[in-house]
Amino acid sequence: MHELQLPLSDADIRALHVGEEVSLSGTIVTGRDAAHTWLLGARRTEVADLLRGSLLYHCGPVVSKSAAGWSFVAAGPTTSIREEPYEAEVIKNYGLRGVIGKGGMGPKTLAALQAHGAAYFHAIGGLATLIAQSVHRVRQVFMLEEFGVPEALWVIDVQDFRALVTMDAHGHSWHDTIRESSEGMAQQLLQTPRKKPQENSVRP
Amino acid sequence: MTAPLQEKSFQQAVLHLIRLASTDLSADVEEAIRQAAGNEPVDSTGRKVLDLILENIALARKQATPICQDTGACSYQVTLPMGQSLRQVERLIQEATREAVKKSFLRPNAVDAITGTNSGDNVGTLSPYVTFHEWDRAAIQVKLMLKGGGSENVSSQYSLPQASLGAGRDLEGVHKCVVDAVNRAQGQGCAPGFIGVGIGGDRVTGMLMAKKQLFRPLADVNELPVLRDLEARLFRDLNTLGIGPMGFGGKTTVLGVKIGGAHRTPASFFVSIAYMCWADRRRTLLFSGEEATYA
Repeated sequence: MHELQLPLSDADIRALHVGEEVSLSGTIVTGRDAAHTWLLGARRTEVADLLRGSLLYHCGPVVSKSAAGWSFVAAGPTTSIREEPYEAEVIKNYGLRGVIGKGGMGPKTLAALQAHGAAYFHAIGGLATLIAQSVHRVRQVFMLEEFGVPEALWVIDVQDFRALVTMDAHGHSWHDTIRESSEGMAQQLLQTPRKKPQENSVRP
Repeated sequence: MTAPLQEKSFQQAVLHLIRLASTDLSADVEEAIRQAAGNEPVDSTGRKVLDLILENIALARKQATPICQDTGACSYQVTLPMGQSLRQVERLIQEATREAVKKSFLRPNAVDAITGTNSGDNVGTLSPYVTFHEWDRAAIQVKLMLKGGGSENVSSQYSLPQASLGAGRDLEGVHKCVVDAVNRAQGQGCAPGFIGVGIGGDRVTGMLMAKKQLFRPLADVNELPVLRDLEARLFRDLNTLGIGPMGFGGKTTVLGVKIGGAHRTPASFFVSIAYMCWADRRRTLLFSGEEATYA
């Protein structure tokens, strides 16, 4: 388990490899679909310093507001692959050290991770209540009016946020490995002629 | 004619239904995840993921906070007695939805597709989506499903024949489509998933049939022997793909497969596949007079 304190350096990232667990602590920023288009629409100076050396968390939280301010109620990751057309440029333009999301990303992002010293941290999809426990403070929020709660950019302090490195800065992607092997199994299933139905104990 | 609906208590009952759906997973779904966790080797990534998922389910129930932050698209199937106003029920469901957002049981999830503006209260055009049926009983039954966007995005529809898969217009062809769909989904839909399959219908009713399958209890056995066999075969085959929990690899790629059919036109043969994430959130309310029971 790598215990990482944000912001991260190039060396911090290059020390990570696919399959390793991390515990992340420090300030990160949430951003998903609308945020990516916005970040690339112009240089957003108001968030640039927050993003440099930090991580963009693909997350649209459930929040609540009290006299004490905003808090995160549920905050698991959203599917990252939708940001594949944009992420490489966001990483490059804002000096991100990576993203947190789920489902992994494609070759363009993988190349950007290698080129700019960044990593893909996989959180567990649907682990919303548990992950919200590691969000200790909501510092501020950008574009809340324009994008609404799920798509706004929330600046949050996390403590011991657990994730798995599934794409590293050395050009490796766990997702590619799994896909290749499942593709082989799928091809077998598609080609195997139907065997005689057999009784089995497996419940559908 | 039916007795006038007690609006306030009905709205409160729907609110509680939403709370249960979002924060307290059905017992059969949780049990399926528990069994799957036991099947994955100790210390494997798949086992760790499923154990954390079980921990999250328990904590969400205890705190009454959403299991998943994507509280999804809310779809309702309402069955009611003759004479009960549909508009009244729909309005009360919308009011309960707004209240559920205020109480953080639901995320404001309705985005105007034309302007990009979030309505802020989860209510909008066809959102929540309510379908109505009539029955002979005096009670109102409300079934609610919360389906997250990640799993909806990997749901799919095939038109047979499909030459690239070698899939013809028969159950063998259906099998091939489902294998292809689940393989393409990888971990993106929050595997391990529940697979609802609709054979036939049109592009709307086929998917409706697929989604209806997701309401079936996991222990429910298909009354058609050919579909019962296909469900068992697909369950076995899909779990050989090795995609595993979250797509990290493992023995558990799907937790259930349910299949139904609808009449099609001679020209069309659709196979509709509704992929539901592990957080299979569906709950039922039975409201009679002022009494509400939940399943």
